[in-house]
Parts: sequence; C-alpha cells; structure tokens
Amino acid sequence: MSLTLGRAPRGGAVRTPGRGTSPALRRRPRKALAWQIGLYALLIGLALVYVYPFLVQLATSVKTEADAAADPVSLVPDPLTWSAYARLFLRSDFPVWFANSAIVTVLVTAGRVFFDSLAGYALARLHFRGRGVIFAALVAVMAVPTVVLLIPKFLVINQLGIYDSYAGMVLPLLVDAAGVFIMKNFFESVPASVEEQARIDGAGTFRIFWSVVLPMARPALVTIVILSFQGSWNELSHFIVAAQSPDLTTLTKGVASLASGQLSQGSQYPIKLAAAAIMTIPVAVVFFVFQRRIMNTSEGAVKE
Amino acid sequence: MSLLATPRDAGYRSGPDRARNGAGRGIRRGEAAAGWLFMLPVLVILGVFLLVPVLMALWVSFSDWSGRGSPLSSGVGFVGLDNYAAVTTGGGLAERDFGIALRNNTWYVLLVVPLQTALALFLAVLVNRAVLRGRGVFRTAFYFPSVTSSVAITVLWLFLFSTSGVVNTVLARVGIAGPNWFNDPSGVLHNLLGALGLRTGPDALTQHGFLGVTWWDWLAGPSVAMSAFVLMAIFTTSGTFMLLFVAGLQNIAPEVEEAAMVDGAGAWQRFWRITLPQLKPTLFTVLTLGLIGCWQVFDQIYTGTQGGPGKTTLTPAYLSYQSAFLSQDWGQGAAIAFILFVIIVLLTILQRWILRERPDVPRRARRGGPNPHPNPDRTTEADR
Repeated sequence: MSLTLGRAPRGGAVRTPGRGTSPALRRRPRKALAWQIGLYALLIGLALVYVYPFLVQLATSVKTEADAAADPVSLVPDPLTWSAYARLFLRSDFPVWFANSAIVTVLVTAGRVFFDSLAGYALARLHFRGRGVIFAALVAVMAVPTVVLLIPKFLVINQLGIYDSYAGMVLPLLVDAAGVFIMKNFFESVPASVEEQARIDGAGTFRIFWSVVLPMARPALVTIVILSFQGSWNELSHFIVAAQSPDLTTLTKGVASLASGQLSQGSQYPIKLAAAAIMTIPVAVVFFVFQRRIMNTSEGAVKE
Repeated sequence: MSLLATPRDAGYRSGPDRARNGAGRGIRRGEAAAGWLFMLPVLVILGVFLLVPVLMALWVSFSDWSGRGSPLSSGVGFVGLDNYAAVTTGGGLAERDFGIALRNNTWYVLLVVPLQTALALFLAVLVNRAVLRGRGVFRTAFYFPSVTSSVAITVLWLFLFSTSGVVNTVLARVGIAGPNWFNDPSGVLHNLLGALGLRTGPDALTQHGFLGVTWWDWLAGPSVAMSAFVLMAIFTTSGTFMLLFVAGLQNIAPEVEEAAMVDGAGAWQRFWRITLPQLKPTLFTVLTLGLIGCWQVFDQIYTGTQGGPGKTTLTPAYLSYQSAFLSQDWGQGAAIAFILFVIIVLLTILQRWILRERPDVPRRARRGGPNPHPNPDRTTEADR
C-alpha cells in the first residue's frame, strides 16, 4: 500500500497505468519526494478539517454573542469574555446536570466493572450447566438495536415504579453484554495454573476471583472503565425515557434542551458551545490519558 | 460463529474434568452454584430491563394502550395488527409520516454508509504507511470526534451550519452562496433536477406512490437539512472505522504485498487486488456496524431539529419516540420500533449474503483494476 515505494509500470506499453501511478514515476527519488510532500499536505489538511470545529467551539465559547455572529470563523475572540461560563455555572441548572451525569457515570462504571467481570469469569472459568445457553443469549442480546428499546424500557421502568428516580436511570445500565464479552475473553487468556494453586490452598471461588484473578485483570478492567465511562457520560435516550424531573436532568438531556432553545431566547451560541465544550472535557481527558489503550481496544475488537 | 463455538468446546472439556473430579471432589465443590451466583446480576438486569421490556412492548404494539395505567391491566384491549396496519396501509397521517421517515432514513443510509466507509478506508491507508512520521497525531485527530457525545457534536453542528455560520462564511469567501442548511426542507435531487429545468415530476411518478408518499417525493433525495446530518455522521464515525481498518491492514502479511511489488504491480492495482480482498472481514464489520448505526439516528434529531424542517429529518427511530411519548400513540410507536428492528435485521442478513465468499475471481479482477488480464501471473509475464 505504500505509494512511495510504488514501482513504475515498466514498459508501460502493455499496461494502461492506473490512476494512482503514472509513467513519470520512473524518476523515482524526486517523484517520491513529491509524493511524500503531497501526502503530508493532504494529511495535515484533513487533520485541520477534523480539529478546526473543536477549536472554533472553544473560541466561540469565550466570545461575546455579537462577535460570534459577526465573525464565526475566527479563532481569536475579540473581546475575550467568560460570561458564557459564568452564566452556565452561576445562573442556570448546569451544575445540577453536571452533578447528575457524574453520579450516574460513577455508579454505572462501578457496577459494570464488578458485574461484568463476575459474569465474564463465570463464563470463562466455572463449569456449570446452562453456560452455553447463557452465552448464546448474550450474543443475541448484543444484536438488539438500542433505539428499539426506548419504549420497552420506559414500560418496565414505569411498571416497577422507579420512573423519575436515580434507580430507574442507573439500574438498567448497570450491566452490558459487550463488557461481559471483553472480560470473558481476557479471563480465558489467563493461565489456569494460578487459580489451581489457590484452590489447593483451600480458597473459595469468590476469594480466588477477588484476590487472585481480578488483580491480574487490570488491563481488561481499564478497558471496561473507559467504555462504560464514555457510554454512560454520553448516553441520552435512556435518560429521556427514564426520568423527567429537572432535578434528574443529565448533561446530555440538559444541553439538548439548550440546543433546541427551550431555555433561552436568541441564538446564544457562546453559551451553547460553552456547555458542549464542558461536557466534552471529561471524555476528552479520559481519551488523552488512555489514548493508546482506546485505540488498541478497537483493534482487538476486530480480531475476536 | 467462532464465538459460539467456544462454550461448546468448553462443555466438551468439562467431561474429562468431571471424571477427574471424581477423585478430588472437594476442590471443585460448589462450582455450579458459584457459576450461577456470579451470573446472577447480569442475568437479572438483562432479563428485567431487556427481555421483559421487549415482550411487553410487543404486547403494546398489539394493543390499544393509551399510556395511562399499566399496559397489563384488564382495561387494555387486544387490537391485532391494527397498529401495524395504521402505519403501513392506513392511508392516514400515520402512514404518511412513516413513509416520510423511511424515505429520509433510506437516503441517509445510502449516503452515509458508503461515504464513511470509503473515507475511513482512505484515512486508514494514509495513516498506516510505514514511512509516515507522527502518525499517532493524525490518528488522534481523526478519532477524536468519535469519543465526544452526539449531543455536543450536534450543538456544534447547529452553529457551524447556521445561516451565517462558519460553513456559509467559508463558502461565501470562495463565491458560493450557501444554503439555509437546517431550515431548508428542499430535496437535494429535486434541487438538481430543478436546476436542469425539471420542476414537477411526470404524472407517472406524482400520481402513484408508496406508504402515502408519491414516487416523485421518494426521489427527492435527502433534504438540505438532512445533508448536514449526513456530513456530521461521516465526520463523527470515520475515525472509529479508520481504527478498525488500520487493525485490519496491520493483520495483512507484508510478504504478499512485497511479492506483488516485485512482480511489478502498481500501487493502485496492489490496493484493489491484494489489500482490499484481504480486508474483506473488516469491510464486512464496518459496513454492518455502519448500516445498523445509520438506521438508529435519534440523538441528533432529538437535539437538533425534532424532525423538521417540513418533516425532512424525521427518522423511524425518532418517529417511534414521538408517536409514543409525545402523541401518546403507544401502540403505533411500538409497532414502528419493531418494524425498524425487522428492517435492520433483514438488511444485515442481505448484506452478509451479498458479501459472502464467492469463487468468481475474474469478475472481481475486472471490477478492481484497469488491467484487462484476469490472471495476475500473466500480467507479470507480459510486463517483462
């Protein structure tokens, strides 16, 4: 795939050159350099297209509304003002939204780390009747599209009397089939001899799991933490159907209501973009801290 | 497939295990109980919040429940397929809305899936080059939009594509008058035809239709507003799929590629003949994930346009939510959700069937490159 090292079609009379090559490729070194420069120019251009929206978001959040409307493209606020942030934190429900998102995210992440690894360990290591059936059922569960579950989830949450409560917002998210898979795959890669030793020493199953196996599972647990953190922080549809009280509004729901102009008049782009920027910060921090692992997570997903 | 095989293997293994345990029974004592106990939280939560709800919603889709009280109470009546009929053959507003939502989403899928796949593959090939310096930086830049929430991205998009926003300002600088993006309900294809002077469709198309929408309107293309969402989807998902393709590319043994290079295959030809066929499993994953994701457009519509302008960004997922939660038409909302489920499952199966392994090498070769020779060996010989 390396275009630079690409060979020129020698004796081009026989073959029509493809679009990617040209007869001029024969003068390789100079051509290669040109390719190289072109490639970098292309990549830098593309990267700018991907990054610029976020830069303009940050810049606009510290602009005045008039400035944001007059010169939306500029990355330099003139004048610089923190009034959008002040307004969000001092004179709106934003802190409540942030707190709710934080509470839900922490609970969901903790729950998933514990329950997913328990189930993953059982599926990987413990022998019990019905294990195959459970596993097949988990595969089926992963195939159900989430938007199809909006109405169903509401029905059950309502029926159980936990509508409009933290319980309704957190409980249904406490477990995810994909996380169970990741943990199962990890535990299968751990040599069984470690557990055998502990078992001979007389440790019970939970004790082996808790003090021997789980500490070894750090890499997989970090993966689960990242995925659940990202998933529950960015979750919108579940919170729409699980609660309606303003006290239980999460960031996603709150910012969505800001966007559709329910709370403010005028365009108010600095405030909206400041809100969007703040809700991006936690996932961005997690992303940059665990960057390498996140990239590898997706890579591992394909190999299966 | 291979995933499903694992537990069976394990079950097979447990035979000898059990025999061995006959002697040292104490060691594996209580393992079955522990297994079920360990699984219990997952089973209970998935059962209560996934299996039971789906069954309940299935019942609601066959009932006349109005949203008050419990759908399982005695006052709720069974109405058979009435809800499904209302959205597919009713002839009323419900059918028309469903038709419009399907049209919108179909155009969305037709544009987003190929474009995001092509862009992701393109980025992966660029980023994966061995000679490239700073590839981590580029990967990060392309992947970052994928980790941010769809709500935040939608807010940003509403700003970028506002009437006097960033995109239109940039367009104006190169002399193009940008459209009114999120307020423009006109179909892109209709606009193109209009530019050619064709403003009203032929009677054959305007007199007949499907699901309450005339064929002419089915062919409107995505509205300008929906096109902005299309661009957004491509922007946010290409990074994720790029990573999948990078992983796929790294799994390809370099020897084959080198052999082709020695044989004198050009870069373009090597890509189509050697790299792409080996990427087929990844390609299937990306297309399937893309297809499933594209039929579930909800967050963006809820945050951004609520289906407007002129219902041209209405999607089945949002329509299902709207019918149930806003119009209290719970039966119809549930029916739409199940129809959507069936559509997703059928399309995934269809895709799997289209992309299945076939032994017709010549056809792929003809499609793949400008080279008329189906046999790579012969090409090489002719070259020399």
